[in-house]
Formats: sequence, structure tokens, C-alpha cells
Amino acid sequence: MNAQAPAITPLALDVKDLHKSFGNVEVLKGISLGAREGEVVSILGSSGSGKSTLLRCINLLEVPDSGDVTVGDETIRMQRTRDGKSRPADQAQVERIRSRLGMVFQSFNLWSHKTILENVIEAPIHVQKRPRKECVEEAEALLAKVGIAEKRDQYPSHLSGGQQQRAAIARALAMRPKVMLFDEPTSALDPELVGEVLRVMRGLAEEGRTMLVVTHEMGFARDVSSRVVFLHKGLVEEDGRPEHVFVNSKSERFKQFIKG
Amino acid sequence: MDWTFTLETFISLVAAIPLTLQLAATSILLGAFLALGLALLRLSGVRVLDWFARFYVFVFRGTPLLVQIFLIYYGLSQFPAVRHTILWPILREPYWCAVIALTLNTAAYASEIIRGGLLSVPHGQIEAARACGMPRFMVFRRIVLPLALRQALPGYGNEMISMVKATSLASIITLMEVTGVAAKIISETYRAIEVFIVAGVIYLTINFLLTRLVHVVEYMLSPHLRAPRLQTPVQGESK
Repeated sequence: MNAQAPAITPLALDVKDLHKSFGNVEVLKGISLGAREGEVVSILGSSGSGKSTLLRCINLLEVPDSGDVTVGDETIRMQRTRDGKSRPADQAQVERIRSRLGMVFQSFNLWSHKTILENVIEAPIHVQKRPRKECVEEAEALLAKVGIAEKRDQYPSHLSGGQQQRAAIARALAMRPKVMLFDEPTSALDPELVGEVLRVMRGLAEEGRTMLVVTHEMGFARDVSSRVVFLHKGLVEEDGRPEHVFVNSKSERFKQFIKG
Repeated sequence: MDWTFTLETFISLVAAIPLTLQLAATSILLGAFLALGLALLRLSGVRVLDWFARFYVFVFRGTPLLVQIFLIYYGLSQFPAVRHTILWPILREPYWCAVIALTLNTAAYASEIIRGGLLSVPHGQIEAARACGMPRFMVFRRIVLPLALRQALPGYGNEMISMVKATSLASIITLMEVTGVAAKIISETYRAIEVFIVAGVIYLTINFLLTRLVHVVEYMLSPHLRAPRLQTPVQGESK
């Protein structure tokens, strides 16, 4: 029943039976989700459905209570502390895996004391230990690609929200990630700035990048993504190709959701 | 006012400025490291460490610096145990006693300033650094600390000024810094007004320069808080 991407490619990301609670509230109740290389997966759901938490569990910004996350062929090893809490067994592994996942945040989170160029080259130079010259050249190309080459020496506070988010996308791309994670990338933007960010994301999708996008942009989910996943109360309620899901969903909740 | 006497006093006091500056600079520098350590203990989330730092700040902020200087200079030498440690060559010097007292004292105040700076770092920027795969210490060194120091600098400027003035208390334990020399001249001449006016002017000048310096550093470190630079006009553009 689950429709796949047009060509069957290897899994870039695989999430199995993920559980996460905050206090007594169980936010994720066993989520399994894979993304094949080149797939663009849009994750939809009303607020509180757990979509942001899911994304944050994938790169361990939140530590899942149980379940497996695999990036490429590497599964994050977890262990239990004495009081029964789950935590990563090997912090170095977590850092390695994070560096393969490019994260784009709702509120951009650019480093305010660094210029746009410095933001983009920071992690490639210091985390990946690549030569500075190479990083700068690549960063300039990425900034040109997202359309803000001329802003390289400006500081984040001098840019509009849309420009900041595009800079944040360039920063994530500079790590040459296997998978890009977008956490509601356009939700903090003024309506007239949403388009420029979506255009960049669409470009990335067309290049064949693997992307997981938590979004409220129905147009993007419908037209750009190769798969749509609908979360409801911490469970996957719907998972399939957009043309299939948007037209033939049997889920009442999803129909309700897309009606708005 | 006796100008000749004033000038002579001025020359004597200027000669004492290096010691004042040395006391201030050494204790500010050492105090900064101690303060950072204390601030990190406060934020460590480990209760014992947190309470240790709280207690430290409570004691050193809550007692007069003069009392601290006396306790270290006169108090420690009462204990034979202290006199027999390798630290004794240091602890018997009034200079080092003053530096230690000033350092311990400024660290208490500065740790609160730094803690405020650390707490002001937006959580999202820390998360972005972690999400890039930065190890904890790198996040601290590359992102948290630079942002925290920028935030803490104005408050720290105040603390530095306080320290320059606090060095005058070192005169009580025989150090001949500016106030010490001034007191000596007064005891020889009984002309308090001229001497203290000159001493006051010297402290004022030092602190004026210090304020400017802090301001310049602040300016250099915060281009992101100013209006954007204007785009450089295209070469050869007609006026």
C-alpha cells in the first residue's frame, strides 16, 4: 500500500518505532518512517502532533525514549542509565551523525556575532576540519545558489527573515549532509517572504537531495514532495505519495486537516 | 593652592601609578578566570558545585574588601601550618596578599556578570551549533562564550573601574601605590587637600582611559548590533 519513490534507492534515513515522552505526555507513540535517497518527505500534522519532536529526535536534539534512528548505514547506539532513562552511548557518534544531517530551524538560529559567510564556513572548518580556502569557495557558491551572495559580509540581524533562512539553508548545505531536515522553515516568515525560501527548497528537491520537511505549506507538500506523512497524536496516520494521499486519503482526520 | 607643592606631589604620585595598574590588571585578569569558573559551577546543574559557588559569592560579596585584605595579610600568618607551606613566600608578601584579596573579591562580582552573559545566549544558536555536530566544548568556545562576553562586557567595565579604585585599599597593608604614597606625603606635610585632589585626578584619568578602552572593545566586537555598513558604491560611479 505504501507508495515508494519512483526509483527504489537505498534508505538514507530510517526511523523505527520511535517513542518520546515529556513528563507524562507521550508525544511520539511509536513512529516508523524511512526516507530513500533523493526522496522529499513532507511531514504534516496539526500542532501537538509531534512532528517537530520527531525531527528533533532524528538528530538527537531530543533524546528519544526508545526506538532506532539510522542514517545511511549507521544506527545511533543508545544505552539506559541507572534510572531507566535513555541516552546516547557514544557522544562522538552522535556528533558524527549530526554532521551528516543538515538542520534548518523555524527561527533560523544563525549565529548573531558572525557574518553570513562566517556562519556558513564555521562548521565545515571546525567540525569537518576542511581547509579554509575550500570552505570559503564552497560557501560563496552556496550563497550564490540561495541568492544572497552579496550579503556575505553582513550580519544576520541586517538581513530579512527570508534572507536569513536562505543563509541558514546554505549553512546546512555547507556540511554536505546526507539528509536535510527542515523544521517549519517558513512558519516564522512574513507571507511575502515565504516564496523565496520555498523556491530554494524546491531547487534542492529537484537536485535530488534527500529532505525531511515539517511544514504547513500544503502547496509544497503536494507539488514538491515525493511522499507525504501525516502525523496525528504521535502516530503516523497517513503515509504515501502526495497525489495519492491528497486525493484518496481514507483518514477523516487528514481530510479535516487539509480542509483547514 | 601651592602649585609647586602640587606639582611635586603629582610627580611622586605618578611614579606610583605602575603599581596601582599592576595590582588592578593582575587581579582583574586572574579574577576573570576564577569568575568564569564560578559562573560555570553555578550553571553546571550539579547541586554541590552550584551551592559552593553560591556560598563563595555570598561570602565575598557580603564582606568588606578591607576585612578580606586584613584576614589574608594578618590572619593567615597566624597559622604555623600556613607559614610552613610552599605558599608562604607568596603569602608573606603584602603585594601578593593584596592581589589575592582583590582577585577573590572581583571574582565574586564578575562571576555574576558572566553568568548573566552566559544565560543571555539564545538557546536556538546553541542548538544550531549542536545540530552541526559540534562537540560540547567547541559549542562553548566558538558560540556561547563569544556571545556571553559581548553581553557581559558593559557590566564588566563597571567591575574593572571598581577594581582600579579598590586597589587603594592595598595601601593599608603598606603597599606604596597611588593612595599609599599620597597618605605618606600627607603624614609628612599635613596637606590633605592638595594631595588627595591630585590622587583623585589620577584615578579619574585612569578610569577615563579604561572606560574608553572598554568602549572601543565593545564597539569592535559588536558590528552585528549596529546598522549595516552601507554597500560600497560601485567603482567609477558618477557622482
